[in-house]
Amino acid sequence: MRRVLAILGAVLCLAAASDPADRLPDPAQEARARELFREVRCMVCQNESIDDSNAELAGDLRRLVRDEIKAGKTDEQVRAHLTGRYGEFVLLKPAFSWGNAVLWGAPFVVVILGLLLLFQSFRNRPADEELTPEEAKRLDGLSRD
Amino acid sequence: MIVEIGSFSLALALALSLAQALLAGVARIRRSVVLAGAGQGAAIGAFAGLVVAFAALMYAFVTSDFSVSNVAANSHTAKPLLYRVAGTWGSHEGSMLLWCLALTGCGAAVAAVGRDLPAGLKTLTISVQGLLGVVFLAYTVFASNPFVRLAQPPIEGRSLNPLLQDPALAFHPPMLYLGYVGMSVVFSFAVAALIEGRVDAAWARWVRPWTLAAWSALTVGITLGAFWAYYELGWGGWWFWDPVENASFMPWLIATALLHSAIVTEKRGAMSGWTVFLALAAFTFSMLGAFLVRSGVLTSVHAFAVDPTRGVLLLAILGVTAGAGFALFAWRAPALKRGGVFAPVSRESALVLNNILLAAATATVLLGTLYPLMREAATGEAISVGPPFFNLTFTPLMAALAILLPAGPLLAWKRADAQGVMQRLWVAALIAAACGLAAFALISPRKAFASVGVAMGAWLVIGALVEIGERTRAFRTSAAESWRRLIGLPRGAWGMTLAHLGLGVFVLGACFETGWKLEAAEALPVGGRLNLGEYHLVLDEVRGLEGPNYDAERGQLRAFKGDKQICAPTPERRLYPTGGQTTSEVAICTLGVNHLYVVLGERRPTTGAPVWLVRAYWNPWALLIFIGPGIMALGGVVSLSDRRLRLAAGRKAEAAA
Repeated sequence: MRRVLAILGAVLCLAAASDPADRLPDPAQEARARELFREVRCMVCQNESIDDSNAELAGDLRRLVRDEIKAGKTDEQVRAHLTGRYGEFVLLKPAFSWGNAVLWGAPFVVVILGLLLLFQSFRNRPADEELTPEEAKRLDGLSRD
Repeated sequence: MIVEIGSFSLALALALSLAQALLAGVARIRRSVVLAGAGQGAAIGAFAGLVVAFAALMYAFVTSDFSVSNVAANSHTAKPLLYRVAGTWGSHEGSMLLWCLALTGCGAAVAAVGRDLPAGLKTLTISVQGLLGVVFLAYTVFASNPFVRLAQPPIEGRSLNPLLQDPALAFHPPMLYLGYVGMSVVFSFAVAALIEGRVDAAWARWVRPWTLAAWSALTVGITLGAFWAYYELGWGGWWFWDPVENASFMPWLIATALLHSAIVTEKRGAMSGWTVFLALAAFTFSMLGAFLVRSGVLTSVHAFAVDPTRGVLLLAILGVTAGAGFALFAWRAPALKRGGVFAPVSRESALVLNNILLAAATATVLLGTLYPLMREAATGEAISVGPPFFNLTFTPLMAALAILLPAGPLLAWKRADAQGVMQRLWVAALIAAACGLAAFALISPRKAFASVGVAMGAWLVIGALVEIGERTRAFRTSAAESWRRLIGLPRGAWGMTLAHLGLGVFVLGACFETGWKLEAAEALPVGGRLNLGEYHLVLDEVRGLEGPNYDAERGQLRAFKGDKQICAPTPERRLYPTGGQTTSEVAICTLGVNHLYVVLGERRPTTGAPVWLVRAYWNPWALLIFIGPGIMALGGVVSLSDRRLRLAAGRKAEAAA
C-alpha cells in the first residue's frame, strides 16, 4: 500500500509535459513532440507515458525528444534513437515484428475463426429444416411469455 | 471483543460453506429434500456469518481500534467518518472479506429467492457456490485474515491516503465486487447445468437476471473508477489502458457477450454450449482480475495491496476453480443438445457476430495485458503494450460492432428480411452521416477520425430510437395507438434500448472529447491570463486555507468566453502533513455537456511576484463519457425489473416439455 502511495504521489505532481518553460518555440514541432511523448514509456514509472509522468527520467526523455526534433530529426529517427538506447521497452506501441505477430494477429485470428465457425454452421445445417409439429409446439411454449 | 466475534463468525462462515457444499451435494445425489433444505440453510447461515464479520471489521475501523493490525495499517483517526467506513474494504484483507460477503450473499440469494428453479439444478448450484465459498473463505481465514491483533497496538494508524478519500472511490470497490462476484452465481449455474447435462431455454432465462445484475454493477463500478481517475489524477484522462483497468474491463466484455448469447439460448435454444462457456469465462476473468491486481505481476499505476506470496495462492485458486469448470465443460459440452437452426441473415447471426467481436475484443485486451509478461518469460526481452496498441486493435473491433448494432434488434429471428431492415435504417444512416460531415466541416481543427466517431455515435443513438419507433409503429399508425404501444412495451425492451442508447452517448462523448480537447498551461502571476481556444481564464488570487486534515492553496479564477464570464473555478492544491503528500483538487465547470477543467500547480520560484503553474483543459462533451455508461447501467436495472424475468419460468418450461 505504501508503494501505491508513493507512486500516486509522484503521479500527482502536475507539471509534466505541458510545462511552459520547456516548450519548443515552433508550435508545429512542439505538437510533434507531444505526439511522440504519448508513445514513449517513462521506464521508472508504473505504466505511464512521458507525456503524463513527472518523474525525473521522464523530464530527461522529453528534453531528449525535443532536442532531437529541434535538430531536425524525423519521428522515425527519434524512435530509433530511443529504442537503440533503451530497448523496445521504451515504446508503448510494440513494433510490427515477427516476435509480436501473436500480439498483433490475435484480434484478426479470433474474428476470422469465429466467422469460419459461423459459415460452417450454415453449410452443415440448411436453414430450411422443418420443425416437427411437436417441436414447434414446444418452441412456441418456450418463446411465448 | 467485537473483533473476536467477527473473527469467530468468519471461521463459522467457512464451516457453514463447507456444510453447504457437502449437504447440497449429497442432497442432489440422494435426491433428498431434507438435505437440500439443510444446504440452503447453511448457505443463508454462511452469509449471516459474513455479515457479522464484516460489521465487526467496520466497527473496528469506525472506532479506530488500532490493536487490529489491518486497521492500524490502513486507517487513521484524522480520517473523516465516511472514509473510515470505506477503509473497511480499502485494504487487501478487507477487500477479500467484501468479496466473500458478496459471494456468500449470492449463495444465500439463490437459496432464498430461487423458488422457481428445478430442485436438482438449484441444489447443485448452491453446492457449487458453497465450494467457491470454501475456497475463498479458506484463503481469507488462513492467508489474509483481517482480524489479526497486534501485541503492541500503535497510538495512531499509519495510513491516510488522501487520494483514496473520495466519494467515487469509496463506492467504486463495492460496485466492482458486486459485479465480479455476481458472476460467481453464473459460474455455479453453468457448472450445475453441465453436471445435470441440460442447458435449455429455461436455464438461460435464470442465468440472465444474475448476469444483468452483475453487469450493471460492473458498469457502474468501472465508470466510477474512470470518473475518479478523470478528476482526481489531474491530467484530464479517463481511461489509460492500464492493466488494472483492463482487469476490470475483461469481465465486463465477457458479461456483455454472455447477455447477448443467453438471449439466443433463451429464445431459440441455440448456442447453448457457447453460452455455458461464456458463463464460466465471466467469473474466470473476474478471478483473473483479482489475481492481477493483487499479485504484483504487472506494473500499474493503481496496483493495490501487492503481495507476491498471496499472488501465488490466488493464482492457484484461479487455476483450480477455472480449470475444474472448463474441464467439466470439455467433458460434458459435446453431449449438450444442439439448438435451432437459422439463416445467415437473422437475429441469431447478428448476435453471433456481436459475440465474435466481443470475444475478439476480450482476447485483444487479454493479450495486450499479458503479452509483455509472456514475451519477457519466453525471450527475456521486455516490451511495452500501451494505449497506441489498443487504439489500433480494440477501437476497430468496437467500430465494427457499432456499425452492426442498430440492425441487430430490427432483424427477425430465424430468417430476416435484409432489405426491409435497410429500408428502416437508411434515414438513420443518412442523419448519422450528416452529423459526421457537419462535425468535420464545422469544427476546427478538422479531424477525420473524430468526425467518423461522431457519425457512429449518432448512428447508435438514432438506431436505438428507430428500434423504439418500429416497436410502437410511430408515424404509421395513429398517435394514440403508438402511445398505447409505447406504454405497453416490456421493461426488457426498454432496457435494451437504453443500453444501446447509452453506448451511443458514450461513443459521442469519447470521440468528441478525444478529438477536440484543448489544453493550455502557463505560469501565471495574480492577475495573469491564460488563453484556451475561444475561452480565457484570469487568476484573481491564491489564498492559503486550512482543511480538517490538510493545508491548501486555493486559486480563485474567472473563466470567460469572449467578454462574458462563464464560471469561477476554484482549484486547490492540498498538502496532507501526516503523509507528506500533495494532491490537487481539480475545478471542473460543467457547461452544458462540456467540461472546463482547471488545475492549480505548484508555485514557481521567481525573483519578482510569485507565479503559479495553471493548467486548463477544454473537454468538449466530456460529461457524456460518464452519462453514457450510466444510461447503460440504468438499462440493465430496468431490464432486471421486467416481470417476465420473475415469473415462474421454470414451471412453465417444465409444463411445456
